[in-house]
Amino acid sequence: MWNPWLNRYAYLLAIATLLLVVAGASVTSNEAGLSVPDWPLSYGKLMPEMTGGIFYEHGHRMIATTVGFLSIFLAVWLWRVESRGWLKKLGLAALGAVIFQGLLGGLTVLYLLPKPVSISHACLAQVFFSCTMAIALFTSKGWLHGAPEVEDSGGISLRSLAVGTPVVLLGQLALGAGYRHKAIGLIWHILGAVIATGVVLFFAVSVLSYFQSHRPLRRTAVALLSITFAQVFLGVGAYMSRIATLEAPQPMPLMVWFTVIHVAVGALTMGTAVLLGIQVLRYVRRPRLEVEARQMATT
Amino acid sequence: MDATPACAKQHKGPIYSEDAVINANGTLKNAFVYIKSGLAKRDYPVPPAPVKLDQKGCIYVPHVVGVMVNQTLEISNSDDTNHNIHPMPKENREWNESQPPKGDVKVKTFPKEEVPPILFKCNVHPWMRAWVGVVSHPYFAVSGEEGTFTLKDVPPGEYMVGAWHERFGVKEVKVKVEAKQSLTADITFSAN
Ligand SMILES: [Cu+2]
Repeated sequence: MWNPWLNRYAYLLAIATLLLVVAGASVTSNEAGLSVPDWPLSYGKLMPEMTGGIFYEHGHRMIATTVGFLSIFLAVWLWRVESRGWLKKLGLAALGAVIFQGLLGGLTVLYLLPKPVSISHACLAQVFFSCTMAIALFTSKGWLHGAPEVEDSGGISLRSLAVGTPVVLLGQLALGAGYRHKAIGLIWHILGAVIATGVVLFFAVSVLSYFQSHRPLRRTAVALLSITFAQVFLGVGAYMSRIATLEAPQPMPLMVWFTVIHVAVGALTMGTAVLLGIQVLRYVRRPRLEVEARQMATT
Repeated sequence: MDATPACAKQHKGPIYSEDAVINANGTLKNAFVYIKSGLAKRDYPVPPAPVKLDQKGCIYVPHVVGVMVNQTLEISNSDDTNHNIHPMPKENREWNESQPPKGDVKVKTFPKEEVPPILFKCNVHPWMRAWVGVVSHPYFAVSGEEGTFTLKDVPPGEYMVGAWHERFGVKEVKVKVEAKQSLTADITFSAN
């Protein structure tokens, strides 16, 4: 049974989470992470004066709190009405992730931005966002109705790419976070971009060329390709604006905005790759020959 | 700065960045000068009077200051807005504390020598920066409006005098001080 309000609510959480990623990225770009030295309160209050860097840091905390409450409600909702046990558990796992994420955020403040914690906080944000997108997919009408299965063509298996592509993208996001938190040089993120873009292109173009007439697969693959192109463009923009404003008083708004949007679209790239991966794992069967070979081996 | 009225109202005219202030006579303000080597190793008495660092009009005043190891630094907030005080030392312990409007004076000490000076930031107001040099003896100074500095009561001997400026880097000069002598040494920085 399709529950339209549950599905809409899941979308709402995903959108709120993307906003939260924007807010978090703004904190880093404006170097505002330490503008509020205390946590969980801000200047000993629930609501400090929202001035200067405090606007970004406390704003991030407020949106994060909202997303936390939205996640509690979603987990409870899924637990009460959902018939698929694994989806109930996914709701709980997402809630656990967002709570842990909040604690990581607190640790960054209290321990003055230790690099491993800041980078983990950035990566877990991406994983949680992908999780909210997946829940939105699993509660969608299209997913519940299903679509015909198709057979993997062999060669490099699409099912492996379905798992591998999000993993490569998470690695690339970690390199980006590593650069932003000054743990590694930019060159690693640029090299990562070449590899990640190559893997995404290979995955999405393969899906498109084999299963062009399969509506859910085609739509997600096209979305993934478009978002990835936008992301590469934004990455170049973020780099160019950084170079162009190097001598100006920091942080420069142009650079901040390019970078923040690059981070958010990075989350969107990862999330869309996860959706395509999930759809491929559901709709694309292993090649028949391989399945038969396995059956032979077991009997 | 206009984003925070409590900051802007403290200023009448335009506000300039203090990272490179050239005085009217062509000299350089805010260079931190100290005896780098040549002093006898001994414990110099720590002056009981504290060194003061204020936040006024959302600017750290003074921009560059020196303290002796374990001498107290009193940090105050004369503004009607919140600041966070965030020194980013390499040798001493890093900390980050908030200070509400006209809040209690913070009393801090630094147990280890540190030059180049410690960068103090405020993350609420990204332009706010101060530099605090920590030296194990009392022979240090910051160049002022005339571009001059004075190291008083230096015992006779041969010394390396170091000078540090946030934009123009470090310079060193050798000096030889005789008993009861007053000596002038010029240090020249060039823009890079
Ligand atoms: Cu401030």
